[in-house]
Amino acid sequence: MSVDRSSRSKKILAVASGGGHWVQLRRLAPAFDGCDVTYVTVERSYRDQVGNAKFRVVLDATRWNKFKLLLMLFQIAWIMIWVRPDVVVSTGAASGFFALRLGKLLGARTIWIDSIANIEEMSMSGQKIGPHAGLWLTQWPHLAKVGGPEYKGAVL
Amino acid sequence: MPFDRMVRAVDQWAAAHNRDDVFAQIGAAKYVPKRIQWSATIDPSEFSQRIADADVVVAHAGMGTILTAFELGTPILVMPRRAALHETRNDHQVATAQRFFEMGRLAVAMDEHELPEMLDHVSNLTAGGVISSSASPELIQALVSYIHQTDQ
Repeated sequence: MSVDRSSRSKKILAVASGGGHWVQLRRLAPAFDGCDVTYVTVERSYRDQVGNAKFRVVLDATRWNKFKLLLMLFQIAWIMIWVRPDVVVSTGAASGFFALRLGKLLGARTIWIDSIANIEEMSMSGQKIGPHAGLWLTQWPHLAKVGGPEYKGAVL
Repeated sequence: MPFDRMVRAVDQWAAAHNRDDVFAQIGAAKYVPKRIQWSATIDPSEFSQRIADADVVVAHAGMGTILTAFELGTPILVMPRRAALHETRNDHQVATAQRFFEMGRLAVAMDEHELPEMLDHVSNLTAGGVISSSASPELIQALVSYIHQTDQ
């Protein structure tokens, strides 16, 4: 695998729901150095934490509220078409699942890092996203399997 | 979702011990604290500042709070939410609490009966070591490689 950093800066859409998902996404920020990052989350008050990066807010929907999920899907689709990311990365949950699915459709590279809170098994979103994630990661070595998900370190 | 068991246990412990130095973010709790200072929600900067200033954090076993306490080097005592009591959707917080306890990184009270016993010895709690503000170098490198790899 060769590495190419000479071209224009990569556009990254970094997506996470609230609480622990968001805290874990922020801990990945050094991996986006030199990239054009747009953060997408569910809490307006997180804006102060991303410095000069772009920041978008979507509805905080979970798989328990189908109508709200649908609205969130449209919001993410709109952002996706606007940003046209090269890479979509998420630490969960529902917001990231949609973002990776849509990103894949639009030809972006996709990264799923399942939350470190999922110790006994991968999250529901994390299990379902496997075939759509170019890089499909768990943060626990004992959950890694042949064929994925892989373990390549953790957020701490 | 509310976590009244924890809010009530901490409030009653504070009342029994005449503690005026307890502040709680109680979220959707229905129980109204009588002794401790509280707020339903606080913004992220105040949340971080309060954790940085605290001697000990007492919290549900959610990764947001746990990681923030680790980053700021504040000892943390967690009590897992339980699905059967409608405090969360599944029991992943039990595994989170147990695993990080085994790693020596935090203290655990499994329920509202253990919590006051743990709080009686709260001044003995120590942090499990401060973590850096970013993910492991291994994970960062894996992401960088994937983001910048050339098309096959």
